[in-house]
Amino acid sequence: MTLSLFIQSLINGLNQGAIYALIALGYTMVYGIIRMINFAHGDFIMIGSYTLFYTIPLMVNAGMPAWLSVIFAIVICSAVGVLVETIAYKPVRKAGSMSALITAMAMSLFLENLAMVLFGAKPHNVQKIFSLPSVTLLGVALPLNVLLTIAIGVAMMLGLQLFIKKTKMGKAMRAVPQDRDASILAGINVNRVITVTFAIGSALAAVAALMYCAKYPRVTNDMGSMMGIKAFIAAVLGGIGIIPGAMLGGILVGLIEIFVKLFAPGWYEAITYATLILILLVKPSGILGKNVGEKV
Amino acid sequence: MLEIKGLDVSYGAVHAVHGVSLHVDDGEIVSLIGANGAGKTTILRTITGLNKASSGEILFDGHDLRKTEPSKIINLKLAHVPEGRHIFAQMTVEENLEMGAFADGKGMDETMADVYERFPRLKERRRQLAGTLSGGEQQMLAVGRALMAKPKMILMDEPSMGLSPLLVKEIFSIIKEVNRQGITILLVEQNAKMALSISNRAYVLETGSITIEGTAKELLKDDRVRKAYLGQ
Repeated sequence: MTLSLFIQSLINGLNQGAIYALIALGYTMVYGIIRMINFAHGDFIMIGSYTLFYTIPLMVNAGMPAWLSVIFAIVICSAVGVLVETIAYKPVRKAGSMSALITAMAMSLFLENLAMVLFGAKPHNVQKIFSLPSVTLLGVALPLNVLLTIAIGVAMMLGLQLFIKKTKMGKAMRAVPQDRDASILAGINVNRVITVTFAIGSALAAVAALMYCAKYPRVTNDMGSMMGIKAFIAAVLGGIGIIPGAMLGGILVGLIEIFVKLFAPGWYEAITYATLILILLVKPSGILGKNVGEKV
Repeated sequence: MLEIKGLDVSYGAVHAVHGVSLHVDDGEIVSLIGANGAGKTTILRTITGLNKASSGEILFDGHDLRKTEPSKIINLKLAHVPEGRHIFAQMTVEENLEMGAFADGKGMDETMADVYERFPRLKERRRQLAGTLSGGEQQMLAVGRALMAKPKMILMDEPSMGLSPLLVKEIFSIIKEVNRQGITILLVEQNAKMALSISNRAYVLETGSITIEGTAKELLKDDRVRKAYLGQ
């Protein structure tokens, strides 16, 4: 492998990984707070992408940069996320984890089929989002588009960390999974924290949609299911419920995917899943997970 | 200040608390003593809304606590140090104290300085994760966190549990000190002797009902109490 190919693959892997990481964060944050796998989370990429498809032409016509449409995507995704939580998940929250899981799967099917009814089954092509040139540095072509996408992903992750560490709501989001009773006694409104968690997770998926569409500008109603599964794997790989774990897992899954594709294109999914199995065999709680027993 | 009338609490088919009435006046230390499983913790948890009452009245400063959202009770300046401390183990000592001031962050820095003055150990360990503290330190943190809310009254559940005799003494002298500064205390304890030694009044709870009540002095002399709870 030449150095140039290696660096380009590294950049592509990081780009792919940043997208997975942002989606994985949504899985992990929701799991951290209500111990539920939100299987419909991947579909928020689809919701964000359709929003981009419809709003980018409006933005461009108004003389604004296309990427600003991400604001619409964030608003729509957060609103749908909060709506889904309120009408579908909240009523079954006390009914046990199996009910919640099945509800989330049903919600995923519902969203994908609703999108098919609304937008049709044929793919939509999103307009170009970034039009930056490639620069050549030491004989290696560096696509600035992709670098910018990675930078957006990194900025979102740093922003999230800062939010979680420093703000009052962020601290409440850390406190609730650690001790719900103590959180209530301290005056934290647990329901509001859960709502905000869904809103933030969905907003991150909207940003992931922007990054995804910048690279693969093709929107379909079921695009979220495969993305969702891989991001979920990333979250489990890194240690579900642990925010830095989701970031690490996402980047790893992205890198594995791009590098394996280079050598054995048909094998990348098998190898991604095999990696997950291997890591869970060695460390069942994921790479950054703590080995603690189920809390009673 | 706190008034409970005819409180009933059930867990499914288990009737944990029956017809309990008690009151705590401004500035008092009142103990609720009794054996394991008598319902002491259930009563405290029902006061702050963590458990639901099936009937009865709970009034704090004229507010009906049964109709108050549990997360809003701290706004009435009623704090609860739960059994088993319930500190936030993955947060630092300082963050735990900040969480205590979550509902009312006004003057947080001064309150924190007061808490650190009272508990110098916590100040030394302010950057440490709370889960790494010893049991005694965790108990101090739990009390410190309650003080951060600038409460008028604190419900304390088994503050001496799992602590060495020396630390038990220390924790009780802290409770007395906190009370001397004007904070009313309802104390739940298995260590009846220590509890009675600092209390004004006390209630004895047996299988969910109050069987004896009176001033701490009376209870210390009561034969039934001496036999069952003081080992004399």
